[in-house]
Amino acid sequence: MSQAERYAERITVPLHQIAHSRAGDKGDRLNLSLFAYDPRHYEILVEQVTEARVQALLAHRGTSCVRRYLMPNLAGMNFVIDDVLQGGVNGALNLDGHGKTLSFLLLGMEVEIDREQLGY
Amino acid sequence: MTFLLGSGAGFSGDRTDAAIPVVAELIRRGEPSALIFETLGERTLAAAHRAMRENPDTGYEPLLEELLAPVLKDCLEHGIAILGNFGAANPGKACEVVTELANRVGRPEAHIARVHGDDIRSRLDELDLAPWEAETRDLPAPEQLISANVYLGAEPLVQALELGAEVVVTGRVADPALFLAPLMRHFGWAWDDWDRLAAGMMAGHLGECGAQVSGGYFSDPGCKDVPGMATLGYPVIEVESDGRLVVTKPPGTGGCVTERTVKEQLLYEVHDPANYLTPDVVVDLSAVTVREIGPDRVEVLGIAGKPAPDRLKTTVCYEGGWQGEAEISYAGPNALARTQLAARVLRERLTFRAPSSLRKRLDIVGLASVFDDDDGAMQRAAVANGDGDFRLRLAVEHTERVWVERATQELLALYCAGPAGGGGVRRGFQRRVCTASYLVKRTDVEAFATLVGQRSHDHVTS
Repeated sequence: MSQAERYAERITVPLHQIAHSRAGDKGDRLNLSLFAYDPRHYEILVEQVTEARVQALLAHRGTSCVRRYLMPNLAGMNFVIDDVLQGGVNGALNLDGHGKTLSFLLLGMEVEIDREQLGY
Repeated sequence: MTFLLGSGAGFSGDRTDAAIPVVAELIRRGEPSALIFETLGERTLAAAHRAMRENPDTGYEPLLEELLAPVLKDCLEHGIAILGNFGAANPGKACEVVTELANRVGRPEAHIARVHGDDIRSRLDELDLAPWEAETRDLPAPEQLISANVYLGAEPLVQALELGAEVVVTGRVADPALFLAPLMRHFGWAWDDWDRLAAGMMAGHLGECGAQVSGGYFSDPGCKDVPGMATLGYPVIEVESDGRLVVTKPPGTGGCVTERTVKEQLLYEVHDPANYLTPDVVVDLSAVTVREIGPDRVEVLGIAGKPAPDRLKTTVCYEGGWQGEAEISYAGPNALARTQLAARVLRERLTFRAPSSLRKRLDIVGLASVFDDDDGAMQRAAVANGDGDFRLRLAVEHTERVWVERATQELLALYCAGPAGGGGVRRGFQRRVCTASYLVKRTDVEAFATLVGQRSHDHVTS
């Protein structure tokens, strides 16, 4: 494989490698912000971290609705997710009733990226 | 002239020495400033109401004395106003505690104000309630109702400062309103100057969770490293009269203020970034920019505002029965199989030792827990080295205490009657206070401030 071919190669990485995230809760509604470490990777997030994929990721928790708000100025986006907390902080049986750990469930989602874009 | 907003705490249970370097920095800079303690969330308001049911002398922030004692004297001597929602469910009692503390530091004449009007429990029947946007639950039956608190805006807090308050004690107010109030008082912004109100609210939004903007709730080793996490510097936010904001922290403290820490906090608990609802203004973050302008100095520009909403959010707490938890550990060879056997045995016991109305959940910590749902879908699908270190956790809920006690006792009994090598049982249960959110008409809410020891007839409508 030539150097050029190797760089053009498409690879799969967890979001954790190119983005950071924070979870917040209000009632039974969770928000997950997501920001590209490198603003050049923002478009990858826009293309691949869709409402449908986040809905699928959290389907087992009874998620009823996922909305995504794009924040290009911040190279980021905000997901607003309903009914994922199974009762919220004062109603859940989950150890983490706030859903604070769920930002790292999102960061485990896989995305495709050109090896060249990762700077390897 | 710049106004400085220092954060002394970002939640109930926060570090009680955090305010000390913040106050030292406010004094060193010598500019007009205020210190804010934000200690009230949905979880802690419910906990406060639960505590007050057991003992009417509680219900305010349990750490109030520990938070205030190290800094009260310095703040009173240097004209740094203190604002806090540490009154929680019982602001009257919190005022007594602050008064006692002021006496103890030799300032019995200190002006302490209480904000009234968030508690609308007694008027709930007559008010026009609408469900909050994500609320699907019906209003609980009156006999289940414990409390109803409106998220007040900054107006009664400004009134308290105008009365000369040096410490402002509130119950439920919108967290960032604690920060907006001293700005309104200092800069004299108009209540329909939406862009400045929005900037002030966002100064509060960025500061209200304390270290979450300066290196807390952020570090991810190797990806997002934070220095000095044991001595995180809590934020100081510089606000200009035109609404420009710079987030920074006291020199010599740990933590960091970077573009990344500020961006994460900017969207924390925000839903639609173009319509972030607060009692005093609807904030529009569509054009916001975040830029590092120096070490631990981040400028936030482009915050816009729209007219305040007609309705205010109200949190209703109601009787939620009882909840209990119990855990047991298994480790070493074949530990996962022993943990799974313990779970099966416990499940079987509960089918005939507890009613079917018992709500329950079984986690295996080390295999699948916090990401899982109540039915254990991830636990069933998970694959792990079976020789690890696992902890079975039972969580239960029922309207009657006896079934919660009985169910958690069944886990305890695994010590002798369960698989080999089970140890480290912990077990607890408590009353559960549930919350739901509604919207009330702004015009139905009457909020005002009084100085402790005086009555004010000068009521304002928030």
